[in-house]
Amino acid sequence: MSFLDFKKNVSQINFDDYFSKVSKNDVLKALNKRKVDYYDYLTLLSPVGENCLEEMAQKSRELSLQHFGKTILLYTPMYLSNHCVNVCAYCGFNKENNIPRKKLTAEEIEKEAKQIAATGLKHILILTGESREETPVSYIKDSVKILKKYFQGIAIEIYPLEENEYKALIDAGVDSLTIYQEVYDEEIYDKVHISGPKKDYKYRLDAPERACKAQIRGVNIGALLGINNWREEAFMTGLHGQYLQDKYPEVELSISLPRMRPHVGHKNYKELVNDKNLVQIMLASRIFLPRAGITISTREQKSFRDNLVPLGVTKMSAGVSTEVGGHSSEEKTPSQFDISDERTVQEMKEMILSKGYQPIFKDWMAI
Amino acid sequence: MDEFKIGGEALKSRLLVGTGKYPNHKIMYDAIKHCGTQVVTMALRRVDLDSKEDNIVEYIPKNCILLPNTSGARNAEEAVRIARLAKAMGCGNWIKIEVISDNKYLLPDNIETIKATEILAKEGFNILPYMSPDLMAGKQMIEAGAAAVMPLGSPIGTNRGIRTKEIVQIMIDELDAPIIVDAGIGKPSEAAEAMEMGAAAVLVNTAIATATDPIQMAEAFDLAVKAGRMAYLAKTGPVGQIAKASSPLTGFLSEGGL
Repeated sequence: MSFLDFKKNVSQINFDDYFSKVSKNDVLKALNKRKVDYYDYLTLLSPVGENCLEEMAQKSRELSLQHFGKTILLYTPMYLSNHCVNVCAYCGFNKENNIPRKKLTAEEIEKEAKQIAATGLKHILILTGESREETPVSYIKDSVKILKKYFQGIAIEIYPLEENEYKALIDAGVDSLTIYQEVYDEEIYDKVHISGPKKDYKYRLDAPERACKAQIRGVNIGALLGINNWREEAFMTGLHGQYLQDKYPEVELSISLPRMRPHVGHKNYKELVNDKNLVQIMLASRIFLPRAGITISTREQKSFRDNLVPLGVTKMSAGVSTEVGGHSSEEKTPSQFDISDERTVQEMKEMILSKGYQPIFKDWMAI
Repeated sequence: MDEFKIGGEALKSRLLVGTGKYPNHKIMYDAIKHCGTQVVTMALRRVDLDSKEDNIVEYIPKNCILLPNTSGARNAEEAVRIARLAKAMGCGNWIKIEVISDNKYLLPDNIETIKATEILAKEGFNILPYMSPDLMAGKQMIEAGAAAVMPLGSPIGTNRGIRTKEIVQIMIDELDAPIIVDAGIGKPSEAAEAMEMGAAAVLVNTAIATATDPIQMAEAFDLAVKAGRMAYLAKTGPVGQIAKASSPLTGFLSEGGL
C-alpha cells in the first residue's frame, strides 16, 4: 500500500462541512487527548482553532521541550545547480524562465564547502533542479563525496529517485532526504506542474517512502503553502508524516512549512497564508506528531522566526543563499526564491541563545 | 562508606546525569557541578571535536567519567560502530548502549542491545545498556558482559515517574548486577522512590535540563537520591496492608484463657 491508497481513506471528508461543526470545546478536548488522531488534527487546523492558539502554543511548547529540549539545529542549503527540465508555475528555476543556468564543478563545490564549514555549520542540505542530464545521480554522488570531508550531516533536496539510487547516495554519505509534494491536491498539482517529469504525482508522492525502504536516516516532507487551501494541505502533510512514521518507525521524520515567496516569474496566489495561519499549522503539527522535527527556513521574516523558537520549531537555516554558488562565488545567478532573513550563522546563534535555547551544530556523524 | 562499584570504579554519587536539552552549555556545566555526579552521559552524535566552543565535552567537569551513548543507533551494528568511534575519539572506555528503532515512542530494542553488548564486551568496553524492563533480557545482558543494566522508568523524556515499578523491582531483587533506573524520572521524589526500592543509582536528564531552574533542580535530585539511598539502607518499617482491627476476627480463640 502506498500513501496514495491511504489518502483515499480520507477523501470522503468534506472539509467545509467538518469545520462548520467544530466548537472551541472540541479544539480544547483534541489538544489534551493522550493520542491525537487525524480527526483531532483536523479539529486543531479548523478556523475555530484560530481562537485557541495560546492553549495550543502552551501544549506545543511542552511537547517540544519533552522531546527536543531547548535546542535548535542549524543548517544551511547549498545550491549545486539550477538546471531544470520542469515547468512549474511557482518556481524561479522553471525551464521557461530565461535565466543563466549554472552547475557547480568539483572545485567550486569544494570552495563553497570550505566557506560554509568555516562558519561552524556541520549540517548541509544540497539542492538541484530536476535534470538527469545535467545533474545525474553520479554527479550528486561525487558532490557528496567532497562534502563528506567538511560536514557531518548531508541532506539532499533533488528530483525524486528510484530506491536503488537512494541507496547509492546513502552509501556515499547522504543521511536525509527533503522532498516536498508541493501540493497534495491532485488536480491542482497537475495544473501547477505544467510540463516535465514532475507532472507524475504518484512518483513524487512515493519518493520519501522509497528512501525509507533504502534505509535513509531521516525524511523531511512538506507542502508549499499558498498553492491550495492551506488547511487541507497541512492536513495531508500531517497524514503523510504519520503514514511514514507508522510504517518506518526507525526513520526520523520532519516536516517543513514553506510559504510561497516571490521569485522570478511569480504570479499572485489566492490562497494566502498569514502569520497566524502558519503558527496554527506549526502548533497543530507538533501536537499531532510530537516526535517530528519542524523546519522553518529563511523564507520567513527575522522577527517572526525569532518568535517561533519556543513554539516547537527544531531546525532552522542560517547564513542562507538560494543561488547556485551563492556562498563563495562573485558571479551571481538568480535565486530560487527571495529570502527574508539574511542573518549569518553567528547572528542566528546569538539570537537562539538569547531566547534561552541552545543552537546545535552537530547532531549526526558518518558511522 | 556506602560506595557504588561499577566497572572497577567506586562511585560516591548515585546520580548519573545527561547533557541533552539544556538551554546552553554554561547552565549544563553548572547543573552538573551542583549535583555532585561523577558519571555524565552524552550522545556521541553531538560531540564535536573540531569546535572548542561548541563541543559538549568541554562543558563536562573534568573529574566526571564520560559515558558516551549510542543515541541514533537503530540496530546492534550501528551501536557497535558508534561505541568504537567514541573510543577512537578519546571518550574513554564506558559506553551506554542505546538502540532505538522506534522514533515514535523511543523505546529501546532489547534484542539488538543484547547483541551489541556481546560484541562490545569482548572488546573490553565497560557497558551500561539502556533497556525496556525485562528480567530475562537483563539477565542476558549481564551474562553478555554488561557492568550494570538501565531499565526505563517510563518512556524517555516523559517525566512520568516509575511506571514500570513492578518489573524494575523484580530486576532489583533478582539480578546480580547494579540496576540503574534510566528515563522517565520527572521529580526528585521519584528518584528517591527508585533508590528506596533498592536501585543502585538513577540517571536523570530531561527533568533537570528542562526545569525552569536546572541548577536548583540538579541539587534537589542530588539530595533526593541521597535521601532515598539512606532510607533504603535504614530499612523502612513494615508497611501494613490493612489497618489493625480493634475487634480481631480471631479474638475468640484466646477468649476463655485457653
